Amino acid sequence: MPQEQEQKRTQRRDGGGEGDEAAGQVEQTSRTEKLKEEMDEILDEIDSVLEENAEEFVKSYVQKGGE
Amino acid sequence: MAIPKVVGTETEYGISAIGAPEFNPVISSSLLISTYAGALRRIRWDYEQESPLRDARGFEPVQVREPSEEDLGLANVILPNGARYYVDHAHPEYSTPECATPRELVIHDKAGERVLERSMLELERAVPTGQRIAVYKNNSDGKGNSYGTHENYLVDRAVPFGNIVRDLTPFFVSRQIFCGAGKLGAEAPWDDRNRHRYQISQRADFFEAEVGLETTLKRPIINTRDEPHADPDKYRRLHVIVGDANLCEVAILLKVGTTSLVLKMIEDEYLPDLTVANAVASLHEVSRNLGGRGMVRLADGRRLTAVQLQWEFLERAKKYVEQEDPTSDNQEVVERWESVLTALEDDPMQLHRELDWVAKYRLLEGYRERDGLDWSDHKLRLIDLQYHDVRRERGLYHRLAATGKVERIVSDHEIERAVMEPPEDTRAYFRGRCISRYPDAIAAASWDSVIFDTGREALQRVPMREPLRGTRAHVEELLERSPDPATLVDLLKS
Repeated sequence: MPQEQEQKRTQRRDGGGEGDEAAGQVEQTSRTEKLKEEMDEILDEIDSVLEENAEEFVKSYVQKGGE
Repeated sequence: MAIPKVVGTETEYGISAIGAPEFNPVISSSLLISTYAGALRRIRWDYEQESPLRDARGFEPVQVREPSEEDLGLANVILPNGARYYVDHAHPEYSTPECATPRELVIHDKAGERVLERSMLELERAVPTGQRIAVYKNNSDGKGNSYGTHENYLVDRAVPFGNIVRDLTPFFVSRQIFCGAGKLGAEAPWDDRNRHRYQISQRADFFEAEVGLETTLKRPIINTRDEPHADPDKYRRLHVIVGDANLCEVAILLKVGTTSLVLKMIEDEYLPDLTVANAVASLHEVSRNLGGRGMVRLADGRRLTAVQLQWEFLERAKKYVEQEDPTSDNQEVVERWESVLTALEDDPMQLHRELDWVAKYRLLEGYRERDGLDWSDHKLRLIDLQYHDVRRERGLYHRLAATGKVERIVSDHEIERAVMEPPEDTRAYFRGRCISRYPDAIAAASWDSVIFDTGREALQRVPMREPLRGTRAHVEELLERSPDPATLVDLLKS
């Protein structure tokens, strides 16, 4: 894996840790906000691992033959 | 009384080389497996008992034999946990060992993911400058090509096959509402691929027949392959090809747990006639209705939603478990089944912690909302694919699991253990243990035999025609008394 990507991921992880601390204070806020916050957290996590160049990546995934 | 439901799954994993679309998937699959097996010793699979074209309806089609994978030198190994790991067509395939409960199967199905993940890591270590291989636990490339996740259930030979077809078809048409793995778009040749944004099942698009022997063309909802890998006078191995590959543990438990219960009820003639008027059309319809309200028309004229049809099975199953088979494993399945159907009836999106198709759909919706993406955006296609990546660092399911966003029902410890240890309560125990103890002395092994080369003139074949014999309780002491395989064979004969 390219180093650049690795670094980006580490940074995101750190960011996620701060999110956890913040989550403690969120308890009183409304359920909707909490859900949105959870979703943002999930999407941040996923941003950090998604393969680069989605179009090329998906195009090259071809499976022939099976079963 | 119904016989115990020994169960196993076979998963063909999708494989690609990142940045190298021209790679050879057959060779890469073989390399992946042989690299893994390099540490574990290679064992030749015994094809002796295999005859995949024998038909449950009782005729044997004539076919010119193509060179077997073995002839071509492709990897094919049995692992110390009793699993088989081999190249099937252009995919690495992992067949779990035989499991005696749905929960045990969940553990071993998940252990298969670990074996694939480990194989990738081993390959990167062995060939650091080589292609980067990625492996996906899914069933479609989104371009009209599908590969299977098959389930196998031990069924009483005495049950008329027609009863299995009649009662299992309505169940299979509707069970996808909890065990579908979800996908973007449509791939059925007759459908407009962009008319449906998302559907429940990866596989439904590829089914065109109600009953048949095929697995690659005109796929049938009920597959008639009849190759019991056990005493053929007593047993049938029901080969189920209509399911999706699941990552969510709850979905795996439900898939094999509910199907096992339905098969038991078929054996005990416990089910009402729920014959579906047009099973193939209903399978497609159910997959295309995210509200769980895809309508299924029965032969008696009733119209039920997929969820209502599942309730018909669940109500019977609850009675069955209470009256005939009140094990804690069965109770767990029935309770899960009920809570999932209740939530599906209310709002399926509540099940994002339990079911793959909902977990993935929620991710796609989250991205659409945050980034304002159109349904045709490539990023959504990438998410649809990468959800199934088996690497815990990369796979989106695995990221959700690692951050507590999906429900776990088995532990990491149990899964890790199952990578090397066989189940203790089926014949897989004997197979796996022999492979660990006497790796040099096993000439071949298959689902229902182990063949020893003890240095004597003839090879010694130990048949295992009973899936529930050869358990730890049966053979542990015998194995411990046998420092070498010759002693073991002598003790078994005495």
